[in-house]
Amino acid sequence: MSESKITPVLMPKWGLSMKQGVLVDWLVDEGAEIGVGDEIMEVETDKIASAVEAADAGLLRRRVGEAGETYPVRALLGVLAPSEVSDDDIDAFIAAYEVPTDEDEDEASSPTYEFTDTAAGRLRYARRGDEGPAVVLVHGFGGDLDNWLFNIDALAQRARVYALDLPGHGQSTKTLSEPNLDGLAAALREFLAAVEVDSAHLVGHSMGAAVAAKLACDNPDMVQSLTLISPAGLGQDINAAYIDGFVSAASRRELKPVLLHLFADTDLVTRSLVDDLLKYKRIDGVHDALQQLAANLFAEGTQQDVLAPKIEALGKDTLVIWGTADQVIPAAHAHSIGSAKVELIDSAGHMVQMEQAGRVNELILDHVCG
Amino acid sequence: MARNLSMKDAINEALDQEMAKDPTVIVMGEDIVGGSGSPGEDDAWGGVLGVTKGLHAKHGDRLMDTPLSESAYIGAAIGASTCGLRPVAELMFLDFMGVCFDQIFNQAAKFRYMFGGKAETPVTIRAMVGAGFRAAAQHSQMLTPIFTHIPGLKVVCASNAYDAKGLLIQSIRDNDPVIFCEHKNLYAHESDVPEESYTIPFGEANIVREGSDVTIVGYGLMVHRASEAAQMLAKEGIDCEIVDLRTLSPIDTDSVIESVENTGRLVCVDEANPRCSIAADVAATVSQEAFGSLKAAPRLVTAPHTPVPFSPALEDLYIPSADSIADAVRKTMAA
Repeated sequence: MSESKITPVLMPKWGLSMKQGVLVDWLVDEGAEIGVGDEIMEVETDKIASAVEAADAGLLRRRVGEAGETYPVRALLGVLAPSEVSDDDIDAFIAAYEVPTDEDEDEASSPTYEFTDTAAGRLRYARRGDEGPAVVLVHGFGGDLDNWLFNIDALAQRARVYALDLPGHGQSTKTLSEPNLDGLAAALREFLAAVEVDSAHLVGHSMGAAVAAKLACDNPDMVQSLTLISPAGLGQDINAAYIDGFVSAASRRELKPVLLHLFADTDLVTRSLVDDLLKYKRIDGVHDALQQLAANLFAEGTQQDVLAPKIEALGKDTLVIWGTADQVIPAAHAHSIGSAKVELIDSAGHMVQMEQAGRVNELILDHVCG
Repeated sequence: MARNLSMKDAINEALDQEMAKDPTVIVMGEDIVGGSGSPGEDDAWGGVLGVTKGLHAKHGDRLMDTPLSESAYIGAAIGASTCGLRPVAELMFLDFMGVCFDQIFNQAAKFRYMFGGKAETPVTIRAMVGAGFRAAAQHSQMLTPIFTHIPGLKVVCASNAYDAKGLLIQSIRDNDPVIFCEHKNLYAHESDVPEESYTIPFGEANIVREGSDVTIVGYGLMVHRASEAAQMLAKEGIDCEIVDLRTLSPIDTDSVIESVENTGRLVCVDEANPRCSIAADVAATVSQEAFGSLKAAPRLVTAPHTPVPFSPALEDLYIPSADSIADAVRKTMAA
């Protein structure tokens, strides 16, 4: 039976709330040979637009989804199959394909959120992937684990991936016993203990990169490698207008211009992104948490914890990834760890892991899995 | 963690969380504990539509059933608020506010002004508003404009469960008297609501839908009717932006004007009677402040200038519908 050679191309599911997406356009033609990670189509949801990377390699025999149409999550959009599979078999596969319902999905490995009670309080996290090295994703200031929306599934193909909400962020506790880098690094240590990971490859973004680096300095045996994305902690400069604006903005009108600093392509700052962040900022305790962290980490527009020399002295494999259009922390800091591998990515801002997800995923997997 | 919650449950959760957090929060009103003739807390009905159900078992005597004397208990709540408590008084139907106008208009609304800014009156008065419930002329009115007219009062009318929880917590924590209007036909409406406490600031409208051709301004149930109209109109190629005011006093004039500056057209929807309505107020403000941006005269979609009819057929006609909103949009597009 040739069906085993047929691989479906599906509408992706980005985050728990995504129910459907618009197939904006195909980026490859029928008959194209596709490699894992190739950008094959543009998809847009009410929250975000991004290129979709192929999860599987193969010959694109059929484009089932039409550009401009809306499809539910996991709808069949295309068919990969080697040339020896007949058109009839492909037609039969398309005809027989049914979109899995929500119940089916729960049994599959859909990205559910979990909570764990640690000494640092209740922390939310997501866990994906069953095999390979442990990789832990640590978001930045004001962020949450959904900042890894375009990364977690791709990384989970070759690694056991954990993404957490730091204290004061996302849906984790809003109480910070120690609102500074020590406290956040301690929370990350407690998290690793709670999910029974003895040592991991740490991937941090922005402030989360400084948190990961701090844990590596404090507990080198818990850290196998560091991937620092648009990291804090490598130099003193940071955009004070961004930090202060993010902390103080109480309305959509105040917050939106601040968020424009995060992306090279400002169209990514959608109404939904602004609304979701406002919803987070309105929760009791968040304003105090952000204010305290900003005061302790980035007082008066100067990063208080510069870890570059310590990271260098650790001798851990370190990868630094930076978008050259970063407006929050200057990409010029990228070269402050002499021993690190440095990758600069054009047309990407501070949220480089969202804007150039394919390239970042590839770099992380190369770094972590070799 | 966010879950899907009805607006009724979101209001209940807001009261529960604020009572747990702040011992000065008390809740009083008609039948809010037991319901008429109920034997006690085990049987507690929790208000005429069950919004306060379960709260008496958790917070005991900080919830109290009052006699059927609105002037007495609204006055008591206002007085208690000036002496250190944060009372939430439930008036059942906003229509009953008439018998306690002096306490609200001449006392609560004036204290901060008349005592040189030194007096605070942190009272929240909750009441049901709106038609469509087959409750006839005395239990169905949308009296929001009357309260919005009075300086010193804050007026809230949420369109969904998320907003209702955040706005009610803000109301309770606010140091001024707040009239918190709950549309009875939205109690069952569900949306994602975080478990944690949160506040939504007053005077910040919500852009429910972005569009480029026409701005539709509304609040409460009318936001949903406007959304239905926008879906119909999208098929005709008309792209509507919908502004949910959320609070009527203070009112987010900036967001409305910003939207009209982009679209050039304005339709104001209000379930209240037309004269001196929120719709008329918004249209007048935009005409004065953004006349140069308008490509056509603003249009108003409101209830007619009549009492709410008891006949179900007439009552359905009385409330602005998606069709009547869509008609108004088409007219302004054609103008």
